[in-house]
Amino acid sequence: MTTALAEMKTAAEWKTICALEEIPRLGSRVVKSAAGDIAVFRSADDAVFALHDKCPHKGGPLSQGIVHDRQVACPLHGWKIGLEDGHAAAPDVGCTKPFAVKVEDGLVLLKV
Amino acid sequence: MKKTKLVLVGNGMAGVRTIEELLKLAPDHYDITVFGAEPHGNYNRILLSPVLAGEMKLPEIMLNDLDWYRDNGITLHAGKKIDKIDRIRRKVIADDGTEEDYDRLLLATGSLPFMPPIPGRDLPGVLAYRDIADTEAMIEAAQAHRRAVVIGGGLLGLEAANGLKLRGMEVTVVHLADWLMERQLDRVAADMLQASLEARGLAFLLGKQTEALVQGESGRVCAVRMKDGLEIPADLVVVAAGIRPNTALAEAAGLHCNRGIVVNDTLQTFDPRIYAVGECVAHRGVAYGLVAPLFEQGKVAANHLANFGIARYSGSTVSTKLKVTGIDVFSAGDFTGSDSTEEIVLHDRTGGVYKKLVIENERIVGAVLYGDTADSAWYFQLMRDGKDIGDIRDHLMFGRNHIGDVGHQGKSNAAALPDSFEVCGCNGVCKGAIVKAIKEKGLFSLDDVRKHTKASSSCGSCTGLVEQILASTVGGAYQQSDAKTKPVCGCTERTHEEVRRAIREHRLLSIADAMRFMEWRTPDGCATCRPALNYYLLSTWPHEAQDDPQSRFINERAHANIQKDGTFSVVPRMWGGLTTPDELRRIANVAEKYAIPTVKVTGGQRIDLLGIRKADLPGVWADLGMPSGHAYGKSIRTVKTCVGSEHCRFGTQQSMSMGVALEKMLYGMGSPHKVKLAVSGCPRNCAEAGIKDVGVIGVDSGWEIYVAGNGGIKTEVAQFLCKLKTREEAMEVTAAFLQLYREEGWYLERTVHYVQRVGLDRVKQAVVEDLEKRRALHARLLYALKDYEDPWQAAVEQPAVRREFEPIEV
Ligand code: SRM
Ligand SMILES: Cc1cc2nc3c(=O)[nH]c(=O)nc-3n(C[C@H](O)[C@H](O)[C@H](O)COP(=O)(O)OP(=O)(O)OC[C@H]3O[C@@H](n4cnc5c(N)ncnc54)[C@H](O)[C@@H]3O)c2cc1C
Ligand code: SF4
Ligand code: FES
Repeated sequence: MTTALAEMKTAAEWKTICALEEIPRLGSRVVKSAAGDIAVFRSADDAVFALHDKCPHKGGPLSQGIVHDRQVACPLHGWKIGLEDGHAAAPDVGCTKPFAVKVEDGLVLLKV
Repeated sequence: MKKTKLVLVGNGMAGVRTIEELLKLAPDHYDITVFGAEPHGNYNRILLSPVLAGEMKLPEIMLNDLDWYRDNGITLHAGKKIDKIDRIRRKVIADDGTEEDYDRLLLATGSLPFMPPIPGRDLPGVLAYRDIADTEAMIEAAQAHRRAVVIGGGLLGLEAANGLKLRGMEVTVVHLADWLMERQLDRVAADMLQASLEARGLAFLLGKQTEALVQGESGRVCAVRMKDGLEIPADLVVVAAGIRPNTALAEAAGLHCNRGIVVNDTLQTFDPRIYAVGECVAHRGVAYGLVAPLFEQGKVAANHLANFGIARYSGSTVSTKLKVTGIDVFSAGDFTGSDSTEEIVLHDRTGGVYKKLVIENERIVGAVLYGDTADSAWYFQLMRDGKDIGDIRDHLMFGRNHIGDVGHQGKSNAAALPDSFEVCGCNGVCKGAIVKAIKEKGLFSLDDVRKHTKASSSCGSCTGLVEQILASTVGGAYQQSDAKTKPVCGCTERTHEEVRRAIREHRLLSIADAMRFMEWRTPDGCATCRPALNYYLLSTWPHEAQDDPQSRFINERAHANIQKDGTFSVVPRMWGGLTTPDELRRIANVAEKYAIPTVKVTGGQRIDLLGIRKADLPGVWADLGMPSGHAYGKSIRTVKTCVGSEHCRFGTQQSMSMGVALEKMLYGMGSPHKVKLAVSGCPRNCAEAGIKDVGVIGVDSGWEIYVAGNGGIKTEVAQFLCKLKTREEAMEVTAAFLQLYREEGWYLERTVHYVQRVGLDRVKQAVVEDLEKRRALHARLLYALKDYEDPWQAAVEQPAVRREFEPIEV
């Protein structure tokens, strides 16, 4: 069960962050990393996604938003950000950085 | 598998809107082909007037360009007119021989300008006003010629005349009736309109019938001759004498027509495979000539084409607005009145304002507004809803904003505002930006404007202004949103009322069940419907329905208020605004220990600790040892109190202990929106009970209860509900009122809006007069609140809950 995402340019490596069960369905966890806060989301069908935890609008913490399907609604002003590519849904314009993340043996691995 | 084939004849506003609605519901159901006689994509016909007036350019009024058709996999035959429908072989044939089979056919052929049978009507220089070609021909004529006559002083004629004048022509409007726009305006308003158009240089000949158009030496029209012999010179004649539904094609195919293609409430013609929408249609004997009804029809037709089969069209109430920049005219319904009606009239000749409301049985049945149309949307809503205006009669004329919204300098008349005026104070959106978006993006509804400009999408106090700007920009095409028939969100067709009913009647206990049962269109709903569903489930089936934290806004999930920088604020509960030295000491210690940057006394009589990191929240709560103040929830917030007879020399009742008792009774109560109470010990009302959801005022002989006040965006004074002798009764009535609101309110509807919707009489009946109902409501509330656990304590004690607050370090 791999979710392919944008390849990182820097020398990133896969790191185990938690068990899948420790992220609620349609919820998220925040990972503190050298690259800043990263929001790791889990969808209803147990796919995982990771985005830089900063809304392209005014920097709202996306990890705190409501997740639905392949989107998260930012908690500050309700922009909808795509979990797969970090793009804001039209008519809003903006993008936040996605990170590679996958699940192996029930563990969530993040490439940072 | 081969897809079902849908063919649309008529590439205009109604037809394409239907396709858009259909694509939203069933994007893959059909293979779609569109035929349009005009060689363009779909454009916004109503904006031809600003184009003619030189205020806009043609490319700006395109609604669907060619890319849109391609992106949606639609085959467009622009510039091909369908000549024949072969219903037996189920195909349409175009004038160039192109043929196309259909399984379903949608007719949206619009209407044709009516040309009165007068000699000379075919002369060069005589035009109708309907499409891009007409508009371009007029613009061209205005460059080469000087004198124009417009026949017809209705909406279209006046917009044409105004445009030609702005393009430098001398324009005379010839009109058969005794005053302008006689189908929309009464004499007074029409005279005022005429005067202001005359001031702009237009000339009028009223009560005149055209007998013939006279041919000049060049072969072109040179004059217009009246029945009474008067002849006026003209190098351009625009005939705007009305429209006729374009039914020729349908009639030739044997479809039943009677002043339009006859359709039923599902927009189906007499041939069940064929649907029809727009101006070509006659529904219950009415053919419409404005855009708003066509959009409603499109929605219903799409619903049936998508095989949903639940929508019905039952006709539209329409309103008219003239789109001549700088002139405000509005008209709706029966504006002349009859023996059984009465009128409320305001007429300020010098100020150029005229307002007439026609009333029948305490209901608005018609309205004409001139000069100040600020409240047109409100009157129109009252009229469509058939609202009893008995209670607000005395200030009806002064408009809805008589008690003003705050945040936009009390301004309420959009037309008079400059482009640079900041309409939306929350998002900093100016009038010019809104108008630009409406025109360029082809927006017709408040929701669209909110999405594209963000105006009125936050606190909503400028909604009225934005609606007016919309109305004056797109005229009658403005689609008013009707909360009662509006779906909860894009994920469903159902209204709040229908969702509540289904949850109750079918005993739905979880969000997943509710979505499955009500056939939600999206897999997990969205940030609008999920919190609403969660509330409806919990309030309908307390202790049984499953709470879903992921369907709550972050504030309710983290039990604290999120701040702009992602930190949180913590407001511990201080019952009735009372605290102790020990509590204050603990607050002080916590503030120091967690380096909390701001400590503030709130407007709700308690203390706010602001700027706390999420990870610190459980620690802060544990150290405080005080229960949650729910300053973040759609729930009971505060009960403000004054000192009352416990201390005050004027006090008649013990307001502090009453406040504490009420707050303890209501602790943990979730509600459609937040709920605030106040208790004052005497009518001096130092606790400001007059602007609370429930205000309690102690008087010598007992307690007065006021409900549905609001001190926020729009100040609303609470209404007197009843007076009670004892404290127990006052508490029971308060509980009953709030339970009624909990059971019937729509998510995010404050008590003031709930009571406005259902009426104070209904509330009185249930919580004051019918004792049995009152007791049952009271009991249901107490049952729902039984065993409520403080969410802060739970987060401190349960590891699974605490995880929400713990970041992962890598
Ligand atoms: C903290 C406080 C301001 C203060 O420092 O005094 C406050 C702060 C906020 N108010 Fe308020 N309101 C506060 C008292 C009020 C009052 C006065 C009162 O309660 O007596 C009002 C007017 C009374 C009323 O509601 O009828 C008030 C009317 C609003 C409104 C407009 C509600 C309306 O229906 O018109 C909003 C917006 C909303 O709820 O949608 C709002 C929303 C907010 C939010 C929650 C905005 C948000 O969504 O983030 C603010 C949170 C700030 C934060 O992060 O802590 N606040 N707000 C007050 C907390 C009172 C408390 O102890 O619980
Ligand atoms: C100048 C002007 C200003 C207006 N201002 C307003 C206003 O302010 N507010 C308001 O609410 N309304 C206004 N209207 C009315 C509004 O434009 C119409 O109600 C609306 O456009 C009707 O939509 P429709 O799809 O039914 O018809 P149309 O938009 O006319 O579309 C019908 C289309 O079908 C095509 N067609 C017809 N027969 C065939 C055939 N056999 N084969 C192929 N194609 C065919 C036509 O060429 C046309 O393009 C205005 C109209 C005009 C002309
Ligand atoms: S606290 Fe209330 S009034 Fe102040 S900025 Fe926030 S929402 Fe607006
Ligand atoms: S910061 Fe995300 S929507 Fe404004």
